[in-house]
Amino acid sequence: MTCRTAVVVFPGTNCEHDVCEALERVGAGPELVWHAAGSLAGYDAVVLPGGFAHGDYLRPGAIARFSPVMAAVAELAAAGAPVIGICNGFQVLTEAHLLPGALQKNKGLTFLCQMTELEVANEHSALTAGLAAGQRLRIPINHFEGNYTAPAAQLAELEAERRVVLRYVANPNGAAHDIAGICNKEGNVVGLMPHPERASSELLGSADGLLLLGALLAFAKGPARPAPVAPEAAAAAR
Amino acid sequence: MAGFDVLVEVQLRPGIADPQGATIERALPALGFSTVSGVRAGKAFRLRIEAADANEAHRTAVELSARLLANPVIEDALVSVSPAATATARA
Repeated sequence: MTCRTAVVVFPGTNCEHDVCEALERVGAGPELVWHAAGSLAGYDAVVLPGGFAHGDYLRPGAIARFSPVMAAVAELAAAGAPVIGICNGFQVLTEAHLLPGALQKNKGLTFLCQMTELEVANEHSALTAGLAAGQRLRIPINHFEGNYTAPAAQLAELEAERRVVLRYVANPNGAAHDIAGICNKEGNVVGLMPHPERASSELLGSADGLLLLGALLAFAKGPARPAPVAPEAAAAAR
Repeated sequence: MAGFDVLVEVQLRPGIADPQGATIERALPALGFSTVSGVRAGKAFRLRIEAADANEAHRTAVELSARLLANPVIEDALVSVSPAATATARA
């Protein structure tokens, strides 16, 4: 089975080509999809890349949430397919209520663009399946609003359900519980502030991002999960 | 139905990082303002809402604020409603 991964492009998205390049390297079959698309039928996974969707007007992700494609993203998420939000994409997923909490401005007043060391906290999500808990990864961040926050009860629930996917080893932005990435209850919807696509070659200083994106491919093809494609697409494929 | 001028002020909730407010506050002493503290940056939205009365306009503004203008996880919205000024005055 070949994998088809939709890489959604909002007005203002700027990491889509890097994401496609990295997804190509792991064989995840990336295809750019404009945000006005009304359907993602036939796709096995979707990635919301980084950037400034809709100019980040109002708040990062606040307007992107209403883009036509988001209904299809929610359908794919409900079907169990990998739905990954990177940086601005993570902000979009929280605004769309596909993930809890919010990303507030970095503690320390500054935009952060630097390599970070991460620790795998959940080895079952769509981005970390097959990795080891406690495994260290080097992946860069590039954000102003990356300081994850949520009400105390929500944070406790995330911890109890082991939904923190990645933690910073040295917290760069003030994020609650050192959170760099979280997932939904099912583990198929994952949001993270670090950019795996920017750690997709040793020439970039690290190739650890390919481990995460490779896990996405494995998760999308995983046998233990119902096919995430829409019924009509599944019928057409047969 | 009547027109109401609505002001929605969106503020970061207490405890939420406000680097903009903090930076502004730190700049003030350089201008000689040494007595200012507690600076918080926010957003203000001015809307015109058609409604039967001020209460209905207020309800509409509170709902749209919760659903779009503010993110309740990190922000609070304060709604003020007043009868619309005349068209001439607005122009």
